[in-house]
Amino acid sequence: MSMHRLAGIALIAAAAIGVSGAAPAGPSLGRPATAAEIAAVDISVAPDGATLPVGSGSVVAGEAVYVAKCQACHGPRGADGPMDRLTGGVGSLATPKPLKTVASYWPYATTLFDYTRRAMPLTAPQSLSNDEVYAVSAYLLSIDGIVPKDAVLDARSLPAVKMPNRDGFVSWAGRKTR
Amino acid sequence: MTDRWGEAAAGNGLLHRRALLTGGVLAAGAGAAGAAGAQVIGDGSPATMKTPGATFSGYGQPSKWRADIQRPFAPAPGRPGTGSSRTPLHLLEGTITPAGLHFERHHNGVPQIDPAQHRLTIHGLVRRPLVFTLDALLQYPMETSCRFVECAGNSGGMTAATPTQATAGALHGLVSNSEWTGVRLSTLLDEAGVQPGADWVLAEGADAAGMSRSAPLAKAMQDAMIALYQNGEPIRPEQGFPMRLLLPGFQGNANVKWLRRLKVTKGPTYTKDETSRYSELMPDGKARIFMLEMGVKSVITRPSFGLSMRGPGVYEISGLAWSGAGRIAKVEVSADGGKSWAQAALEGPVLPKALTRFRLPWRWSGGPAVLLSRATDEARERQPTRDAWLAQYAPGQGYHYNAINAWGVGADGAVAHVYA
Repeated sequence: MSMHRLAGIALIAAAAIGVSGAAPAGPSLGRPATAAEIAAVDISVAPDGATLPVGSGSVVAGEAVYVAKCQACHGPRGADGPMDRLTGGVGSLATPKPLKTVASYWPYATTLFDYTRRAMPLTAPQSLSNDEVYAVSAYLLSIDGIVPKDAVLDARSLPAVKMPNRDGFVSWAGRKTR
Repeated sequence: MTDRWGEAAAGNGLLHRRALLTGGVLAAGAGAAGAAGAQVIGDGSPATMKTPGATFSGYGQPSKWRADIQRPFAPAPGRPGTGSSRTPLHLLEGTITPAGLHFERHHNGVPQIDPAQHRLTIHGLVRRPLVFTLDALLQYPMETSCRFVECAGNSGGMTAATPTQATAGALHGLVSNSEWTGVRLSTLLDEAGVQPGADWVLAEGADAAGMSRSAPLAKAMQDAMIALYQNGEPIRPEQGFPMRLLLPGFQGNANVKWLRRLKVTKGPTYTKDETSRYSELMPDGKARIFMLEMGVKSVITRPSFGLSMRGPGVYEISGLAWSGAGRIAKVEVSADGGKSWAQAALEGPVLPKALTRFRLPWRWSGGPAVLLSRATDEARERQPTRDAWLAQYAPGQGYHYNAINAWGVGADGAVAHVYA
C-alpha cells in the first residue's frame, strides 16, 4: 500500500473522530492520565529536545562518568571495547569500510541522551542522573570534536548540537522494500 | 517420464503441482494383516495398547521423542539478555508457529511483568490522555488475525562471503507466524482523540532496554493491534506479556513488546533503534531510515541443510513464503539453479502479512540439484537475486535481506547451503 493511501486512511479516520462524533468502537474504559503520571513516563527525547530535563554536564565531568561506568564495555574514549564502538569513523560511511558510530552515523544528539538515560549501563539501566547523562554525552561528542572540550550540555545546548551525519538519512516510510 | 505423477513441470525432475491437488503424494498403502483364530490380539499389538496410559496434565508438552525441536540461541558472554533465539523452521510444518518456538529478540532480557501493576498510557498530541489497565482492555471488542513477525536482521548471515552451513531455522528463523488476538489500536486512539497535525506514534516497552520505536500514525490507524493473545493463550513473557504492539508486516523490532506507552507525535522521535540500528546504509553513504515494511521472501524448509535425501525417488518440496505488503501471489521453484521454474501449490487460505506454505512434488534422480524458491506478492514485488540485493547496500549491511535462497543437493543426498 502506498504512503499516499495510508495517509488517506489516516485523514478519513481523523475526520471520523473529529467531525462525525460517531459512537466509539470500544467501551471507553481508559481513565484520564494526570499531568504527573504523564511526566513520570514521558522519558523519550525527540530532536526538538522539548522533554529534556533540568540539569547540565561538562566534558570533564563526563569523562569521569564514562571511565567509571561505560569504559569497561565501550573501551577507552569510546573505541576498542568489547561492545559497540561509539567514536571515530566520521566520513567513513561512503567508503568500502563504513564505520557506524554515534559520532559518524547518529543524526541527533538527543538520541544519545535518550538512549543512555533509558538503557545504559546495560547492567543498571536508568541509574545515571540527568547531570551524568548530559555530562557523558558531552564527553563522547567531544572526542570527535562535535562539541568543544569546554562544552557544557543542557536542555538548550544539546538539541542544538549538529551531528556530522544529520543529513545522511533518506526516509523510506511508505516506500516499497525490495 | 509420465506416470501417476504426470509430466515434468520444469527441469531436473520438478513435477506439476496438480499432482498435489489431486492428492497423489503420500497415499498410504493399506497393509493386510493376517489373523489366526486362537491368538490373543495383544500378540501383535504395541505395548502402549496393553498398558493404561499416563494421566492428564495441566499444560501439555511436546512428545519426549521430539525434544530436539528447540529454538537455537547463543547468548553473548556476560549479557544473557541480549541477542536472539530462532524458530526451527526446518523441523515444523504448516504455517502457525507454536508460541514456545516463536523467535525471540531481546535487547536486555525478558521482564516479568505483573499484569495487575501494568499500565498502558496514551498521551502526546491527543485531546484526552488516557491510562488503560489490562482488565480494561480485556473488556474491549477484540479481533483475530494471523500475522508473521520477522526481525529486520533475519537472514543477515546471508551476506557472508561464503555460505554458512546451517539449518533453515538457524539461517532464516527470525520469522514466526501466530494467530494474534487483541484490541484495534485505532479504537484506543479514537478514544484519546488524536489532534490535527499529529503524524507519528512512539511506542515504548517496559523492559530494561526501554525499547522505543516510532511508527507512522497512518499505520497505527490502519491495521495495528494491541495484541493480548497469541495462538489462543495470553501472550508469553518472551513475546511481550501482558501486551505488545502488532504492526502487521512491519519489521519485528517495531512491534514493541511489554508495551507501556504510546505517545502521539508530530514527526518521528528518532530513537536509537531506528537510527543507529534498523536503518540501512547504501553504497553512497546515505542510509534508509524507517524502511519498516518487510519485503517479499521465501525459503524451502524441506529438503534443506540437515534434512538429507534418502535415495532417488519422489519427494515433496515444502517451504514458507511471506510479504509485509500483503498476500503471496505465487511461489516458483527451480531444481536446476534457476534455469527453469515450476509454480508451487500454495496452501490456502493465503492470508495477508502471514506465512504461506508452498509445496511441489519433485522426482529426485539422484544427481546434483540446486533448489531455489522465488516468491512474488500481490503488489507484484518479486524476490531479488542475492547479487541484486547486495548491490543496494553498503558493505556489511544485513537488514531486510530477502533474496532468493539456494540449497545444493549432492549425489550423496546431503543438502548444503549454496549461493546460486
